[in-house]
Amino acid sequence: MKRLLPLFAGLVLLLSACGRADLSALNPQGPVAEKQFGLMQLSIIIMTLVVIVVFAICFYVVVRYRRKPGQNDIPKQVEGSHKLEIIWTVIPIILLIILAVPTLKYVFAFAEDYSKDKEAVKVNVTSHQYWWEFEYPELGVRTAQDLVIPVGKKIAINLKTQDVLHSFWVPALAGKMDTNPEGNKNKMFFETAKENVYRGKCAELCGPSHAFMDFKVKAVSEATFTAWVSEMKAEPKPFVGDAAVGEKFKTSCLSCHAVENAGSLGPNLKGIGARESVGGILLNRDNADEAIDQGKLEKNLHDWIADPDKLKPGNKMHKIPLTDTELDQIVDYLANYKLDSLKTVNKQ
Amino acid sequence: MAHTAHTVKRYRGLMDWLTTVDHKKIGVLYLIAGALFFGIGGIEAILIRIQLIKPMNDFVDPQTFNELITMHGTTMIFLGVMPIIFALMNAIVPLQIGARDVAFPFLNSLGFWTFFFGGLLLNLSWLIGGVPDAGWTSYVPLSSTEYSPHHGVDFYTLGLQISGIGTLIGGINFLATIINMRAPGMSFMRMPMFTWASFITSALILFAFPAVTVGLVLLTFDRLFGGNFFYIPNGGSIVLWQHIFWIFGHPEVYILILPAFGIISDVISTFSRKRLFGYSSMVFATVLIGFLGFMVWAHHMFTVGLGPVANALFSIATMLIAVPTGIKIFNWLFTMWGGSIKFTAANLYAVGFIPTFVMGGVTGVMLASAPADFQFHDTYFVVAHFHYVIVGGLVLGLFSGLHYWWPKMFGRVLAEGLGKATFWMFYIGFQLTFFVQHFLGLTGMPRRVVTYLPNQGFDTMNLISTVGAIMMGIGVLMFLYNIVITSRKPANASNDPWEDGRTLEWTIPSPPPEYNFKQTPLVRGYDAWWKEKMDGNTEMKPAEPIGSIHMPSPSILPFFMSIGLFIAGLGFMFAKDEFGSGIVGFLFNNYIISGLGLLITFGCMFLRSVIDDHGYHIEKEELEDKGVKA
Amino acid sequence: MSASAHHAEEHWPHEPEKATLEGRNKVLGFWLFLGGESVLFGTLFATFLALRDQVGDGPTAAELFKLPMVAAATMILLVSSLTSVFAVQALHRKDVKAMLNWLIVTVILGFGFLALEIYEFVEYIHEGHTFTTSAFSSAFYTLVGFHGAHVAFGVAWITILIVQIFKKGLNFVTAPKIYVSAIYWHFIDVVWVFIFTVVYLMGKVG
Repeated sequence: MKRLLPLFAGLVLLLSACGRADLSALNPQGPVAEKQFGLMQLSIIIMTLVVIVVFAICFYVVVRYRRKPGQNDIPKQVEGSHKLEIIWTVIPIILLIILAVPTLKYVFAFAEDYSKDKEAVKVNVTSHQYWWEFEYPELGVRTAQDLVIPVGKKIAINLKTQDVLHSFWVPALAGKMDTNPEGNKNKMFFETAKENVYRGKCAELCGPSHAFMDFKVKAVSEATFTAWVSEMKAEPKPFVGDAAVGEKFKTSCLSCHAVENAGSLGPNLKGIGARESVGGILLNRDNADEAIDQGKLEKNLHDWIADPDKLKPGNKMHKIPLTDTELDQIVDYLANYKLDSLKTVNKQ
Repeated sequence: MAHTAHTVKRYRGLMDWLTTVDHKKIGVLYLIAGALFFGIGGIEAILIRIQLIKPMNDFVDPQTFNELITMHGTTMIFLGVMPIIFALMNAIVPLQIGARDVAFPFLNSLGFWTFFFGGLLLNLSWLIGGVPDAGWTSYVPLSSTEYSPHHGVDFYTLGLQISGIGTLIGGINFLATIINMRAPGMSFMRMPMFTWASFITSALILFAFPAVTVGLVLLTFDRLFGGNFFYIPNGGSIVLWQHIFWIFGHPEVYILILPAFGIISDVISTFSRKRLFGYSSMVFATVLIGFLGFMVWAHHMFTVGLGPVANALFSIATMLIAVPTGIKIFNWLFTMWGGSIKFTAANLYAVGFIPTFVMGGVTGVMLASAPADFQFHDTYFVVAHFHYVIVGGLVLGLFSGLHYWWPKMFGRVLAEGLGKATFWMFYIGFQLTFFVQHFLGLTGMPRRVVTYLPNQGFDTMNLISTVGAIMMGIGVLMFLYNIVITSRKPANASNDPWEDGRTLEWTIPSPPPEYNFKQTPLVRGYDAWWKEKMDGNTEMKPAEPIGSIHMPSPSILPFFMSIGLFIAGLGFMFAKDEFGSGIVGFLFNNYIISGLGLLITFGCMFLRSVIDDHGYHIEKEELEDKGVKA
Repeated sequence: MSASAHHAEEHWPHEPEKATLEGRNKVLGFWLFLGGESVLFGTLFATFLALRDQVGDGPTAAELFKLPMVAAATMILLVSSLTSVFAVQALHRKDVKAMLNWLIVTVILGFGFLALEIYEFVEYIHEGHTFTTSAFSSAFYTLVGFHGAHVAFGVAWITILIVQIFKKGLNFVTAPKIYVSAIYWHFIDVVWVFIFTVVYLMGKVG
């Protein structure tokens, strides 16, 4: 056993080096994911022990007792052994108890309800085919695709869906919870101390564009968060460009989208030029160490508006007939709809 | 009445196969149909893996991808591996208990044909009217007409209902057969493990399939007749579907794996030349697994939000299953311990099964821990886990069983060298495909995604996985090639071609005559045939003198009853569609087609009830004639 | 096995339905089938219980159900179960005439039950409680309708058996058929008792 310990330590080390820090469940960046990772480590250690024992016996038996050429004896016919059978009943039970105790502890710990906690930041998450809506009921802010949170605070999440089932998952911060329709709404919470942009994914088959339903959790300092909130509550940025195009933008885009803090059929567009992606899947930068690439952002917006169904089949946004000038001006407006509060974290 | 000569109806060629009630021939039918659907499911799997070979691939479009994953899962589970299990159960269980026939030969045939036409209906979706695309779990509301408006999910619900009837009938048949048809001396605690496993599996089928049938009926009613079971605005519940599905779905996992446990037990014992270690605890463990299998369904629903108490209870219950499963693993290891292990192809698969299944088992325990499952759920970790159990467990078990019993079924031993090469190809391919998927899941890749962005650390592992899948595909082709070359060889396998046979099937010719046992054997202990061999006997002691044997008549009715259901299913599905042609529209829209289908089915049931089947007799003289020839 | 059947025709054993292996298989297989049927109805009951309060705009159970009529239907079905017991007792005595009479009474009572149920359904539909009204209505019609379909099947089945007995007489081939149809009939009677309690009484009370 003692000799195996370094092996386990090495194994755990190996595991925690796995995957991106903003994506992997093996590289937890917040207390919830850390506890889940701890439970995983415990179970992996126990299970590795089991696997080693079984593999060792199996390997030994297969080598030692293979029938040699010419061998034709009849081995002793053993009925069984009560002693052995008790051993391999009792040891697994002990191992399972070791795993069951923290399991029970965390089942109840993760079911804790922070939605009444004054310190926590509350967010209502609504999933749609195929995008995420984030509403901060106490702050009067509504946004989409990028969930901006302050570091060091509990984020209390209320989950529901507008259509089919989805599942809200930010591997580096917390395990997933399903978003259900009215009647079965779920709650969860998480927090992180590290400023970063974490990748979130939909983890329940929800239609053809299930794979393209990514979102981001942008953890920023408390000061940045406060600034962001007040900026989000301010009047929307007026359309820049020709008045005719502005009218077109109003009739074609704002019939489904909003730039105010109102609910809308499609994702809210306020500050879209400061977001990590277009349509959740067209990334404006690969990770938070890089700056948001303005050229990429414009191209992404261009591609998306030109043919949304090609990029996200089955999504509700239709291809809008726009002239090149209209498209360019709308892209220009959106790409430059920045938020001062996020300038630093976006490295723009 | 009994001895008056009835005209013996014996068909030849195709008619023989359509009308047969002989369990051995039905076994072959199950095998052929299972192989067909397994092939279709396998092609779907390869297409899925090709799509995922590199990031942002566009080999198939997202809609097609969802259709592929849905049909791959549904086909493999309901139509691929289940019938191959039934093939082996049909071919072997009656022989292992010393029976001349199954309890219900007619129903046995009916079970096969309903399964087959149900599967056909489901797969017909590729050719007409839309393919199921809501996953093999078909969660509502994604599977409702609102979000899946084409007929895909209708093919799923109706196809599975029809094939489910067949499976249920098969289950009842084997329960009754094992309870009522055992040879004298074959007590329950002398039954071979494969028979025990088939018995428990049949019981699970009996109690699990009606639940999913109800679920499918409710979904059908919602989709076709405007029901509100899962329609939220009118008070329906989405969690209800998940409960019904998994209360069936989890036992289904054990329905699949228990027969593999049985096969492995028989094969390892035979090729170790040793009695199965801890037989009674093996039986006990099998029963316990079957029982616990009904108590754990909600571990598929940890992230649904059932609350901490339910999650805690189902976590603990799920972990408990590890105990009887562990007992089995160690019993297999200690069966080999001290034995004289011969590595035939069959035994390679069986021994390869043990570490692979242990891998699937331990990840199962990891998944049982609900708080950790919040991370695992619906990721590639789960995909890896259940493929380790179903492919690494069940499919290896089935290959083992097919190699082992092939000579009994067809009178020819599959080519051993090629069989071993196939094993290595398939086994290495399997490990490559699925081992890396654990890490894909843990590092953030959800399952059922048509593609993934580059630079997330997924690329290499997906490439490895696809290469492995192709190797598995080659392995399956090698197995098929083995069947082809073996079928060209003369059918000259002896009664006991492995020479180490322990159970009753090895006491009769390969393949067995239609009546199986000329004289019902007298069973004097566990491993009945081994016991006689050790006592220096060359054949079983008969329990009866040679006499006339009564056989059931073949019948075409099961075939037509199933066609009736098939037609009725199509009729209901398209009843509300608009058709270009007036007459076709008239027939469908007024439920004439569905009525006609049901009429055929109930008409055949009526005929079956009123026409007595007197069967026919194989007389003593004929038996002795054959005895000389053999 | 047929030889023993031939031999046994001369005396009528206590349990003629189990005199042959075919008979024993049939009885056992049928009990197993009823095990599966129990799960089927169990799932339907669970569904009904989950959805019974989801009435939407439609009438509630308390507004809808008229207990006297349902109680009458219950009595009819209970009595028919008793008459099928008499039929099986006659079968054991090999009293073909009494058996046929009791079977005919059973079938008539079955028809009576079906008539009441159809009348009840038509009534409900007039009161705006159709299959598509609410989750409650869908669950109600599915559960009670599945039972009704079972009764209809039983009525048709026993009718066919009566004709068969007229034509072929009572022997070791027909005895198990009568016997399993009687088990079936008791089973749907038991299911009805649950429906009466869970759907109607509980619906009326709360």
